[in-house]
Amino acid sequence: MAKNNDVWQGDNMTRISMRVDGMKVADDVEPRTLLVQYLREGLGKTGTVIGCDTSNCGACTVHLDGESVKSCNVLAVQADGCEVTTIEGLAEVSTGSTTESGLHPVQEAFRECHGLQCGFCTPGMIMQSVDLLNRNPQPSEEEIREGIEGNLCRCTGYHNIVRAVQYASRNATGQSGARSEEVDAL
Amino acid sequence: MTAVEARPDNATEIGRDRRRKEDARLITGRTRWTDNINLPGMLHLAMVRSPFAHANITGIDTSAAESSEGVVAVLSAKDFDESLGACINAWPITPDQKTPDHPPIAGDRVSFAGEIVAVVAARSAAAARDAAEMVEVDYEELPAVVSLEEAVKDEVLAHPDLGTNKSALWVFDSAQAGTGGSVDDAISTARQDGIVIERTYRQQRLIPAFMEPRSVVCDPTGEQITVWSATQIPHILRFALAATTGVPESKIRVIAPDVGGGFGGKLQQTPEEMLVFAMARRLGKPVKYTETRSESLMAAHHGRDQIQKLTLSATKDGQVTGLKVELDANLGAYVAIVGGGVPVLGAFMFNAIYKFPAYQFNCQTVLTNTAWTDAYRGAGRPEATYAIERLMDELAVEVGVDPLEIREKNWINHEEFPFTTVAGLTYDSGDYATATAKAKEMFGYDELRREQAERRANNDPVQLGIGVSTFTEMCGLAPSRVLGSLDYGAGGWEHAQVRLTPTGKVEVITGASAHGQGHETAFSQIVADRLGVPFEDVEVLHGDTQIAAKGYDTYGSRSLVVGGEALVRAADKVLEKAKPIAAHLLEASVEDLEFTGGKWTVKGTDQGMSIGELSTAVFAAHNLPDGVEANLDSEATFDPENFNFPHGTHLCAMEVDTETGQVKMRKYVCCDDIGNIINPLIVAGQVHGGLVQGIAQALWEDAVYDDAGTLVSGSFVDYLLPTAADTISFDIDHTTSPSTTNTLGTKGVGEAGTIASTPAVVNAIVDALRPMGVNDVAMPCTPERVWRAINEGSAGGGTTDAAAPHFDPSTGMSGTADRPEGDVQ
Repeated sequence: MAKNNDVWQGDNMTRISMRVDGMKVADDVEPRTLLVQYLREGLGKTGTVIGCDTSNCGACTVHLDGESVKSCNVLAVQADGCEVTTIEGLAEVSTGSTTESGLHPVQEAFRECHGLQCGFCTPGMIMQSVDLLNRNPQPSEEEIREGIEGNLCRCTGYHNIVRAVQYASRNATGQSGARSEEVDAL
Repeated sequence: MTAVEARPDNATEIGRDRRRKEDARLITGRTRWTDNINLPGMLHLAMVRSPFAHANITGIDTSAAESSEGVVAVLSAKDFDESLGACINAWPITPDQKTPDHPPIAGDRVSFAGEIVAVVAARSAAAARDAAEMVEVDYEELPAVVSLEEAVKDEVLAHPDLGTNKSALWVFDSAQAGTGGSVDDAISTARQDGIVIERTYRQQRLIPAFMEPRSVVCDPTGEQITVWSATQIPHILRFALAATTGVPESKIRVIAPDVGGGFGGKLQQTPEEMLVFAMARRLGKPVKYTETRSESLMAAHHGRDQIQKLTLSATKDGQVTGLKVELDANLGAYVAIVGGGVPVLGAFMFNAIYKFPAYQFNCQTVLTNTAWTDAYRGAGRPEATYAIERLMDELAVEVGVDPLEIREKNWINHEEFPFTTVAGLTYDSGDYATATAKAKEMFGYDELRREQAERRANNDPVQLGIGVSTFTEMCGLAPSRVLGSLDYGAGGWEHAQVRLTPTGKVEVITGASAHGQGHETAFSQIVADRLGVPFEDVEVLHGDTQIAAKGYDTYGSRSLVVGGEALVRAADKVLEKAKPIAAHLLEASVEDLEFTGGKWTVKGTDQGMSIGELSTAVFAAHNLPDGVEANLDSEATFDPENFNFPHGTHLCAMEVDTETGQVKMRKYVCCDDIGNIINPLIVAGQVHGGLVQGIAQALWEDAVYDDAGTLVSGSFVDYLLPTAADTISFDIDHTTSPSTTNTLGTKGVGEAGTIASTPAVVNAIVDALRPMGVNDVAMPCTPERVWRAINEGSAGGGTTDAAAPHFDPSTGMSGTADRPEGDVQ
C-alpha cells in the first residue's frame, strides 16, 4: 500500500495499530491526523468520505468498536487498538446475515427503497442506520428520524432513507412481504 | 461468442420501478469521487483567500510559506500570465451589460470575502494548508456594498472602476412583444374599478450545499491534459478551459467521475478549476485541490437573492388583468457563467398557469461585494412561482373566495392546450383541474378546512393553515434558437450514441452528465425497450469528453427530455441500419420484416433475428448485403423545438403556535403532471428531494452576510440544512398529460418539487395567521419572524435582523438558531 505524505509527515509521529474492516494495520501517524484522514489517505479506504469540517454532516460515519462515530471527529491515535468498520467492510465484518447479493441488509434496503441519489452521504447514512438498528431493532418513524439526525442528505429529502431503515427493520425482525408494501409506499 | 436472447415480447422497461444500477457501487463505497483520485507524484493545492469583502491588496509576502516543509510553490496573481485563462460569463443578458473582469486569482483588489489571492502547492494537502496560513497578505480595506437595497443606490460601489453597481436592465413587455396588452393600462383601470395588489417579496440568498465538496485533479502528463472535476458540466468546462487559456480543446480531456450532487451549484467554471489546470501545466505534475466545507459555503456560487416588487391587477370578481414585475437580482461580485440569466429564466414564468392579458417584467441585475450567484435548483422559476402563488392567495383573500377557486377562475383549461401565454411561450399540454382534484382528495382538503375553522372558532393557540401552490415550469433547456434570441452564448441540444458490441451488448453514450439523477438506470430502460435488449445488457457511459465527445451536460431538468430524445433517435437509427442486414440474413425482402419484441421477424413466419444476433453477424461481416457498412452504431443530436411544461398541485398543512411562533408541518401532498414516467421510483426520489429543498427555503435556509460582507452562515453549524428530524414523509401522486415535444411524452421532474413547495409552505403559514391580520411572513419563516408577524403586524423583519443570531450577545454568543419542529408520525 502506497504511503501518503499526509499521514507520514512531521516530526512527532505516533505508532498506532488497529483492525480496519478485518485487516490488521499499524502505522506511524502525526498526532493531529484525523481518523477519516488515516482511513482515506493512509489505508485507501475512500469509501468513507468527508463532507464538512464541523462534524455536522456525518458523511464520514464509521463504526468504532461496533458503535457509530463521525471519523472526522476522532483522532487516528484515539482509535489505537480499536476495531474500525467502514462501508467497505460492513457486509463482510457484520455478524448478521448478508443478503444474496453479498450486501449487508441495510445496504440492500437502501438500494431496494431508493434511499440514495448522488450517494455521497450514503456510506455514513448506512453506517449510522446500522448502529441505530443495533440499538433499537424496531424503531418508530420518529425514532428513525431522530436516530439519523446527525447525517445530512441533500438529495432524497430523507423520505426514502426512512423507508429503507423501516424496510431493513422489518426484514430483520422476520416480517415478510416488505417489498411489495414498500413499493406502494414510495 | 454468443449473442444474447431477445427479451420476451410482453416485457416493457418504461414505467417500471427498476432499482438503480448506480447503487451497487454507491452503497458499498466502491466510488470514484474526484478527491479519491491519487496519482504518482501528485501535488496538493491550498488557496489563500481574502477575509475582506472589498480591499486593495498592497503586498503579499510568500517567503515563510515557501520555506515551509514540503512546499513546492507559492504563487499570486503577478506570477501568472494570460494562459491562466478567465472565468466566463456565457450569458450577457443585454448588449450594454456591465461585466467586471473575472480572473481566477485577484490581483490588486479583492471584491468578496473568500476570493483567492494566493495558491500554495505542496507534497501533501496538510503541508499546503499549513503553508497557506503563513502567507502574509496586506490589505487596505475599502467600503463594501453587501445588500441589494444599498447596492441599487450606487453610493458604495462593488467595483469602483465600473462607476455603477447596476449590471443590466432586462425588460419584457407584452404590449411591445405583441403577446398581450399594456400592463400599465390594466393597472390603472383596476385602480378605478377593480383590485390592485402590490407586494414586495424577498428571495433570500441560498447556498446549493451539495454534499460532496468541490474537488479538481489535473494530470498534465501524457499528450492530453486530463482534468477530473466534481462538476455538472464537463463539456462546458472543457470549452471554457480551451477558450480562455489558449490550449486547444483537442489537448484537453475533462472527466466528471462520480459527482456528489450539484443542484446547479456545480454548473460553473470555477477559479479553482482554472488554477488547478494552470498549476499542473506549470509544475508538470498532477495537482489536486479539494475545498473544505467552509470554503465551499463561502466561495462556491450562491443562489436566489432577489427582491421582487409585484403589482397584480384584477377585476372585482377576481379575473386577473395584468401583472407587473420589478425585480432586483443580486449577482454578487462577478457575473457568473449563467449569472444574470437566472432571473431571466424566471421572466417567462411569473404568469404561470394563469391567463393574464398583460404582463411586464423588469429585471435589474446588481453587483455587490458578496459571493457570486448563479443557478440553484429551479434557477429563476422558483422565484417566479413563489411570487405568483403568493399573489394568487392574496387575490383570493381580496375577493373573499377559496385560494383554489381563484386559481380555477384564472387558469388555462385543459381543452385550451397548446396555449400561447402572455410571455410568449407555448405550453404543450396540461390538466390543472384533474391534478387539483386528485391532490384535494389525497389531502382531505375539506376536512382540514373544517378543522381550521374549528381552531379559529375555539381560539386555539395552535392555528392550522392550508397552503396551495398550483405551479408550472418550463424545462428541458433548451431550444438553441430560443437561447440565441436571448443572447445566451451556447446552444441547448443534446447528443447520444448507441453502440453495439460483438457479443450483443449495448453501449449508450450520452452528453448528459449525471450526479445522482439515475441516468444509468433510466436511460438503460429507454434503450432496452427501444432495441428489445435486456436492461442489464445496456451500459450507459457519460461524463468523459473523450468518451462522450459531444454534450451540453446536466441542468435545467433537461437530461431526459432532451438527452433522452437524442437517445431514442440514435436507437431508431440503429434499427434503420439493422433492417436491410436482417432482411439479407433472413433471406426476406425488407418490406416483409417487422420489428417486434426485440426481434426482426419475417411476417407470417417464426423466423427472426435479435439485435444481439445481428451485431454478432455485423462484427464478423462475413455475409452483409453489397454496399452496406459493417457497423450498426448510430448517433443523434436532438435540439428541442420547444420547452415542456410540467405542472402540479401542491397542498401543505402547517400548524402554527401563535404563542411562540413555532411552526410544524402537518401534511404535504402533491399531484404532479410530468407526462409519461420512465421510472416511478426515480421520479419519486426527485420529487421528495426537490420538495425538501423548496421547504428549506421557506423555513430554514438563509445565507447571511454581516454589514462588512463576512458570510455569517459559513458552516453547517450556521447554514441550516434540514435534517431527517426536521422533515416529514410526503404523499405524492401523478396525473399524466404526455408532452408533445418529445417522442417519449416525458417532462422534466428534477426541479419541480423545489419550484412548487416554497410558496405552498409560506401560503400555509400566512393562511393560519390571516385572522390575526397577517398577510406576509418573510422567508425563512423562523419562529422569531412568525412571532413578530403576529405581534408587530409586519412580515417579520428583514433577513439580516432575523437571521440566526450567531455571535450575538443576546444569545450568549452561542450561535444557536431556532428550528421549527418536524412532524414525525
